Amino acid sequence: MANDTQFRTCPDTGLKIHLPAEKLIKTNAVVAVVFLLVGGLFGLSVALTRWPAVHFLPADWFYLALTAHGLDVLLVWIIFFEMAILYFASAILLGCRLAAPKLAWVGFWLMLVGAVMTNVVVLMGESSVMFTSYVPMQADPLFYLGIILFAVGALLCCCCFFGTLVIAKNEKTYEGSVPLVTFGAITAAIIAVFTIASGAIILIPTLMWSVGLVSYIDPLMYKVVWWAMGHSSQQINVSAHVAVWYLIAAVIFGAKPLSEKVSRTAFLLYILFLQLGSVHHLLVEPGLSSEYKIFNTSYAMYLAVLASMIHGLTVPGSIEAAQREKGFNKGLFEWLRKAPWGNPAFSGMFLSLVMFGFLGGITGVILGTEQINLIMHNTLYVPGHFHGTVVAGTTLAFMAVTYLLVPLIFRKEILFPKMAQWQPYVFAIGVTGLSVFMMGAGTLGVPRRHWDITFTDAAMSFDFPGAAYLMLGLNGVSAVVASLGGAMFIIVVVGSLLFGKTKGEAAPAPAAEAPPTTAAAQYGSAAHLEVPGTFALAMVFLVSFVLYYFVNWKYLAETWGLS
Amino acid sequence: MAISPPEQRIWWNEPIGRNEVLWIGIGLIWCIIMFFMMPYWHLEGQQNPPTEGYRISSDDYATKAEAAAAEYTVGTWGETDVPVVSPPPGSDIYMIARLWEWWPVFELQKGETYRLHLASLDWLHGFSLQPVNLNLQIHPGYEMVATITPTETGEFGIVCNEFCGIGHHLMLGKMIVVEK
Repeated sequence: MANDTQFRTCPDTGLKIHLPAEKLIKTNAVVAVVFLLVGGLFGLSVALTRWPAVHFLPADWFYLALTAHGLDVLLVWIIFFEMAILYFASAILLGCRLAAPKLAWVGFWLMLVGAVMTNVVVLMGESSVMFTSYVPMQADPLFYLGIILFAVGALLCCCCFFGTLVIAKNEKTYEGSVPLVTFGAITAAIIAVFTIASGAIILIPTLMWSVGLVSYIDPLMYKVVWWAMGHSSQQINVSAHVAVWYLIAAVIFGAKPLSEKVSRTAFLLYILFLQLGSVHHLLVEPGLSSEYKIFNTSYAMYLAVLASMIHGLTVPGSIEAAQREKGFNKGLFEWLRKAPWGNPAFSGMFLSLVMFGFLGGITGVILGTEQINLIMHNTLYVPGHFHGTVVAGTTLAFMAVTYLLVPLIFRKEILFPKMAQWQPYVFAIGVTGLSVFMMGAGTLGVPRRHWDITFTDAAMSFDFPGAAYLMLGLNGVSAVVASLGGAMFIIVVVGSLLFGKTKGEAAPAPAAEAPPTTAAAQYGSAAHLEVPGTFALAMVFLVSFVLYYFVNWKYLAETWGLS
Repeated sequence: MAISPPEQRIWWNEPIGRNEVLWIGIGLIWCIIMFFMMPYWHLEGQQNPPTEGYRISSDDYATKAEAAAAEYTVGTWGETDVPVVSPPPGSDIYMIARLWEWWPVFELQKGETYRLHLASLDWLHGFSLQPVNLNLQIHPGYEMVATITPTETGEFGIVCNEFCGIGHHLMLGKMIVVEK
């Protein structure tokens, strides 16, 4: 049993906070933000190189920066932050002590050593193999070793998370079922274990191949198994940022899920089907059957897509219900107009939700359609899509929740509140541009991971249309805006942590939000609120989805015959 | 709230709101439509990813491709020494992807169908026919067979869109399509 000196009670929320867990959350979050900064700078230099008028980096540095950018933001920033979320969703939300904090620290150090090792090896220049490191192209053995250490560390942290759930259950720190946000975090952690296992299956033999102990790694097999890690790791993000959406809605509005059953079933669909989808990256490969591709690419009949569509309704729906309960009942959208748009935690979360759906979600389904992939595979459309999911969706959601964590966990007041207020908008505008213009260039055929689409030094010549260059220029401008938004985030967060006023440990004030016993809405048909505004927005989403989906089939139908 | 345990312990018996039920129904129908579009296109559509593929050693593929090209070579491309090959319609044509070129240049006829074989001799490459924007992934050790029917004439570029090392952006090939 933990003794009470290891806990403090949060004066704002009444949450019981385990101090060792708090320290781990702080450290993981800070390291995450550092890697966001490093990875973001690499990303900016990549976008500036793609901007034809600037063409910032020489070729070898471009491929090096692109490799480092992928690793640092897609893997390191996000996973470190997710570990903080896992500890928060278990120890803090359940009011429980964290299982085996020492093990969690071992995990943390393994992750950090692995991340630094991989970065150093990439910077030394002999491992510019891209994030995907497809064989038979070979990186330095330490490149693979670094990623393996990082993954093992993350696995240990997941173990501490699961252990904490067991302790909370045994010590009865909560009643009934775990909160929905914790349920979402469990989903993320289960997918993480699958992801890490897949990574081990492929990267350990690849490490042995790179030191000469294994003679041959089949390139197709490598891709199939690597993407069971690579794609699933993005599904950890989806589960985690959806959980964060629910978290922010609950903290700011006291919002309750419209229906626990629906929201939890949607998370369950993630667990069951979201790990499929690795073949999204193998739709135009030799040697795979169409039956397998169709089953895998559609997550078994798009049941995971259905789950995301459900969250897309229930998250804003829960906000609408809470707002209507407070009296914002006029018309369809008063609840949304009168929402706290000046609070970066809310604006960031809502922008993340909308952009994830429209920019990341729709385009992902279309990109993952077996035949339509023919006109998009490996073009800039692909990074355009995943900047919509991972940057607009995950990163923006994580930034938003940081505005809640700084006062709650770090006990600091936000420095530069004006800058914080504008930050989500600046970042969102930049990322929207990034995503849209990359997809535009991809539709015009511009390849991804390509230093020079003018082919100046090539033996033959080919001219992309002028519009493609325009798109790349606008992409560069958007990257500058997004970087500005990222810099504002880092200035606010680091500034608050270093120089922000420490919040007083005043006597526990009454919780800002209604405690669960006097909840905003009751369940059951009598008190259940309908959410017409959210439903209308959802229909707008559906119509856009259907139109864009069939437009792309039309593009496909007009191209050369292929079978 | 979503950050506290459900108020009612038996939450799974609570009724679901009308909006939610309706949205789930609509969403499910849409998902099923999207799912069946893919098999439907295999039956009715003209553009489907090739499924024919064989394992082959790089040496064997190179020998086969060079022999096939030699038979129908009609010249070389510009100032390069890459042969221009004009194979008869309906035949098997063999393209090599290697660091950092697409070899050879094919001259095809509009509206005719060819069995285009593709394999890499070294690393992964991305066959990206521009501005048509048809994209295929090429592996070493695997021979892909794509049945291809050009529907427009002109000079087309073949860009590599899978990163293949420091010369990746130099890897450019050509395909010509002429009237019958």
